[in-house]
Amino acid sequence: MTTSGPSRPNRPGSLLPLGLLVPAVAALALALGYPLVRQVILSLQEFGLAQQFGKPAEWVGLQNYRDLVADPYLWKVVVRSVVFCLVNAALTLVLGVGVALLMRQMSKPIRILVQSGLLLAWAMPVLAALTVWQWLFDTQYGIVNWLLTHLGPDFAGHSWLLEPLSFFFVATVIVVWMSVPFVAFTVYAALTQVPEDLIEAAELDGAGPWQRLRAVILPTVRPVLLVVALLQVIWDLRVFTQIYVLQKAGGVTRDTNLLGTYIYRLGIGGGDFGTAAAVAIFMLVLTVVLTAPYVRMMLRQEDAA
Amino acid sequence: MSKRVSRSSRTMANLAGIVVFLLCVFPVYWMVNTSLLTRREIRSPDPTWTPLGGTLDNYRRVFEGGQFLDALRTSLMVTLATVVVALAFAFLAAVAVARFRFRGRRSFVVALLLIQMIPVEGLFISQYKMLESMQLLNTVLGLTIVYVASVLPFTVWTLRGFVAGVPYELEEAAMMDGCSRFQAFFKVTFPLLAPGLVATGVFGFIQAWNEFTLAVVVMTSDQKKTLPVWLSTFTDVNRGTDWGAVMAGSTLIAIPVVVFFLIVQGRMVSGLTAGAVKG
Repeated sequence: MTTSGPSRPNRPGSLLPLGLLVPAVAALALALGYPLVRQVILSLQEFGLAQQFGKPAEWVGLQNYRDLVADPYLWKVVVRSVVFCLVNAALTLVLGVGVALLMRQMSKPIRILVQSGLLLAWAMPVLAALTVWQWLFDTQYGIVNWLLTHLGPDFAGHSWLLEPLSFFFVATVIVVWMSVPFVAFTVYAALTQVPEDLIEAAELDGAGPWQRLRAVILPTVRPVLLVVALLQVIWDLRVFTQIYVLQKAGGVTRDTNLLGTYIYRLGIGGGDFGTAAAVAIFMLVLTVVLTAPYVRMMLRQEDAA
Repeated sequence: MSKRVSRSSRTMANLAGIVVFLLCVFPVYWMVNTSLLTRREIRSPDPTWTPLGGTLDNYRRVFEGGQFLDALRTSLMVTLATVVVALAFAFLAAVAVARFRFRGRRSFVVALLLIQMIPVEGLFISQYKMLESMQLLNTVLGLTIVYVASVLPFTVWTLRGFVAGVPYELEEAAMMDGCSRFQAFFKVTFPLLAPGLVATGVFGFIQAWNEFTLAVVVMTSDQKKTLPVWLSTFTDVNRGTDWGAVMAGSTLIAIPVVVFFLIVQGRMVSGLTAGAVKG
């Protein structure tokens, strides 16, 4: 993106640019700003089923938050979400960077083949991918069970979603399968920018392939790796669709809730909007903390441009 | 780099590449394959690897009962409305940010970046309450309102890049030739933005078409499901899943997205990490 910065010398105090912003700002204020304010208020109120049927909401101050902090189940969900997020982000990064490095070594026709495969996986709509993977892991007619049974262990009729650990394994496979292409493409693009003579110089100095990777290649693509890692963590912390759909397909909800599905079950499922709002605020704060470095990085580029 | 790679490591890389390719493609192939098999083939103990002599029966069943067509109509209305509104609003904002210097410009850009990172899961509770009190649950308008807001930040951000990419000198030259500011913009810059508008619009289309979380929150009634929500109901635990029909439905939903995605991906990939790649 070549941003040459604003160059139009307009008169100071001109209202035109502000006028141009009005529709966008109004839309964001209505659909995000107003709910955000309302959510903060909601999180300070007792808002359960009785209020849903017309009883006025009662102010309870920080009581919802206090209840949550004291609730061991919330912490279970938080830890589960963070672990799930870190495992998925790490796997995605390692596999994505691995595929990107491999692509450098392949012969061209194979590389084009791999790139078109990655592109296809990337383009798949979440729900389509999700249903296909459910079909692959299907208890009765799924090809995974068929394959494993033919390889030795008896997996005939094995249900993958019943056990929480196995449930999260399936979810991880799906999330990672969908996220690796983005990482692989972005990192590969960065790798092609590493100056060839730098690598050759290192080779002349006697650096082996592993040393070249660690001392020359990875440091050069570090900024890209950082951005990608951060985005991956933020995205994997908010995984909702995969968990929600797999839960409905046979997972034990209580043992498999992550933050997103927990908020949903509390509020829209259970009618306890006050508590749900408090958890949601907690999730927002967590995201803002995680996002800060990314925003700072993007702004530095913005100022440099 | 080709000279440096030894033959053995190239062979290894090629083999690994083929494995990666298969892992990427097989699920997609399996979706299309299953969608063309008969019920008996799907439910046989051994898998049928190719759809030779296949059937379109599954696709016929998808259209039966009209639920698919209802969902298709809802999805199309929401998606198109989102794209049109978001594109119009974002275009104006992008021009302001890329072509003017004004107080608050930087804050607006920071806000865009921050908003883009807000997880819908952190806000859907109160968005639900808001739409409920406006009586907009289960309406195309309600879902469109929240979709526009979620597509808008990225759209402004990307369009801004496209506007800034058209040199202002071109407009100045036109103004020198007697055009007014508006004429200069709409005669010179606007036509050059067409590809950017198309790419950004297609991206918004894909996002809205695929979106699940808000759709499941806002569209609770059976008649108002969007395509992804409709698809998700098939795999519920307590219904014997008709995998042939589900795969046919998945294929139908995936086709427009895959086609569109392949058209625009080159332009969009750069958006998220732009600049960092330059090093």
